[in-house]
Parts: sequence; structure tokens; C-alpha cells
Amino acid sequence: MKALIIGCGRVGSTIALQLLKEGWEVTVIDENEDALSRLGENWPGTFLVGHGMDTDVLREAGVEDMDALVASTDGDNTNIVIGQVAQKRFGIQCVVARILDPARADFYAARGLQTVSPTKTAIDTLMEAVRACEVRPVGTLSL
Amino acid sequence: MYVVIAGGGKVGANVARSLMRLGHEVTLIEQRRDRFEHLEDEFEHQVQRGDATELFVLERAGMARPPDIMLALTGDDEDNMVICQLAKERYGVPKVIARVNDPRNQAHFDLLGISPTICATSSIMALVEHEVPEHDLIHLLELRKENLEIVEVQIDRDSPSAGKRVEGLKLPEGSRLISVMRDGKAEIAVGSTTLEAGDQVLAILEPGKEDELRRVLLRR
Repeated sequence: MKALIIGCGRVGSTIALQLLKEGWEVTVIDENEDALSRLGENWPGTFLVGHGMDTDVLREAGVEDMDALVASTDGDNTNIVIGQVAQKRFGIQCVVARILDPARADFYAARGLQTVSPTKTAIDTLMEAVRACEVRPVGTLSL
Repeated sequence: MYVVIAGGGKVGANVARSLMRLGHEVTLIEQRRDRFEHLEDEFEHQVQRGDATELFVLERAGMARPPDIMLALTGDDEDNMVICQLAKERYGVPKVIARVNDPRNQAHFDLLGISPTICATSSIMALVEHEVPEHDLIHLLELRKENLEIVEVQIDRDSPSAGKRVEGLKLPEGSRLISVMRDGKAEIAVGSTTLEAGDQVLAILEPGKEDELRRVLLRR
């Protein structure tokens, strides 16, 4: 299985390393060549320097043969556009876009783009944590 | 007419000013604080500060009415694409116009059905082609929905097509000659039309076939 990761920040690089460990063939694109260092000393996959909206760079990365694409740059709108281009132009079945803004994540999810909103996840998790505090009886903390 | 404009740079601010002068109701959205403060002196309540790709910012600007037209004129192509998609598909704005900053992104705007678009670089290039005679193939018209374009080619003495009939030319697939202009008179190009040096030929073709057409007509 082949995966293309666009945006090699904390999220993108970790996904790339994890997928590689699970036996995927992984290609990573980032605008900044320094981002390669996030992938460890000897990255055995492919790493390309370029913008994820640049069709030439995507083609060089072999976008047409990808089984999955992760759009994980630091720009919500960049991820939204890359995700749609991957789906509509290159026909990639599994496309996941990271969208921090929950409102835009919902809007594009309703239009068939698989979106992940870390903000929404954080809100839900924090709410859970706060609610859990509420029911804990006072006085059980032994310090 | 009610117009919402995203992006208060030189383009957005001037368009806003011109529309207001024509008596239209305008809301301008600008994200940068320095720019916004400057614009506020002139436009007062008609300018709002915020990221026009955020739904609450758009709604505050009256997107629910909805406006008659949304202009996405920021300096960021991804933002302009998202603004247009939200305006059209979420709020039912009947018309959008988008600015394309990097001409390489034009295909993405087309793919997402965002039209019409305006790109300063492409417009300047079209003018350069027209003004500078070294350009032997001039783009006259882009038919974006049809994925076709109309170009003009100047045939000269060295052109391999000079003296040949149209039906004998191995024109690239996805291209046709439309007309031949000779001595100030235009004629529809048919199979039996013979090309001559000095002819201005109009052709219709799929974008990207220019080089093949050039090779057949001009061998360059």
C-alpha cells in the first residue's frame, strides 16, 4: 500500500513514520527541506520539497498510484484544497484532511471529504475530563 | 446590489470604493489589523475585521441575506477557493468572482467549479503575446467550461504548412482550424483550403496541445 503525506510537521511526520512501520510505502512532501529531519536519521521513504498544491510536485510524487493521501499542512484551507484535488482530479479513494476549524471540518465532511478536526477532538476530550471532575466526590484525594 | 468582498488589499479596497461610488451596498472583510485600521478610517462600518474563511465572520458580514455577489480577492488562492465554496454552497450566494494569484492554481479553481476567475499574471501574459510579434501563437480566448481555447497562428514562408491543404495536415487530435485571414479577408477553413505564407489562422484546441499544433503548422 502506498501513502502520500503532505505537510511534514509534528502530525505529518509521526503519521509517516507510523505507516512506514506498518509496512506502507510512504512519500512525504513539505515546502521546507528542514522538515526531513523530523523523519529521523535515515528516512527510507521518499521525501520531496515543494508545495502540495503544485500539480508537478504531486505527479513527481506519483500521486496517481496512491492508495491514501493525508493533507496535514499547517493551513486549513490548503488541506481542504489539496484534499479535494486528490479526490476529484487524481481519484484517490482514501483522502484525509486535517482541519483545525470545526465549522469548516463539518462543512467539508458533509460534502464527502474525510476530515479530522484536532480542535474538536480536544474540546470533546477536555469536556469529558471536566465532567469527570464534577462527579468525583470531594475528600477522596489523599495527599 | 449587496456585495461582500473578502480581502482589503489594493485590489479589494479599490473595488469596494468603486462599487460604493456606484451606489452599491458593500461589506469589506480584512484580516490584518494594520490594514483594517487604515481601511476603517475610510470605510467605517462597511469594513469588518476577520478571516473570511471562518463561518462566523462571513455570517457577521451578512452572508445569510445572502449577498447578490461575493468577491474573493485575497492574496491567497486557497482562501479564495474556500471563500467561494462556502459562499455558493453553504449560503447560496448566486454569483462569485475569484482572484487567482498564482496562475498554476487556475486548474484547481476550475476543478472546484469556481468561475469566473481573474488572474493578473495570465492577463498580462496574454497582452504580451499579443503585443510582441515573436510570439507565433497567440491565445485569443479561453473557453474554460468547454476546456477549449482559440488561438491565432501566423504562417510564414518557412512554415511547413505553407502551400499545403488543410486536409493534408496532420493536426493534433483535439484541434481544428477555424478560419484563415488573408489580405484582410477571413474565410472558414475547410479541407480544401490551402494555407499560404502571411495567413493568420484561427484554431480551436484543447489546452496543452499548443506545442503539437505549432510543430505541424510552423515546425518550431
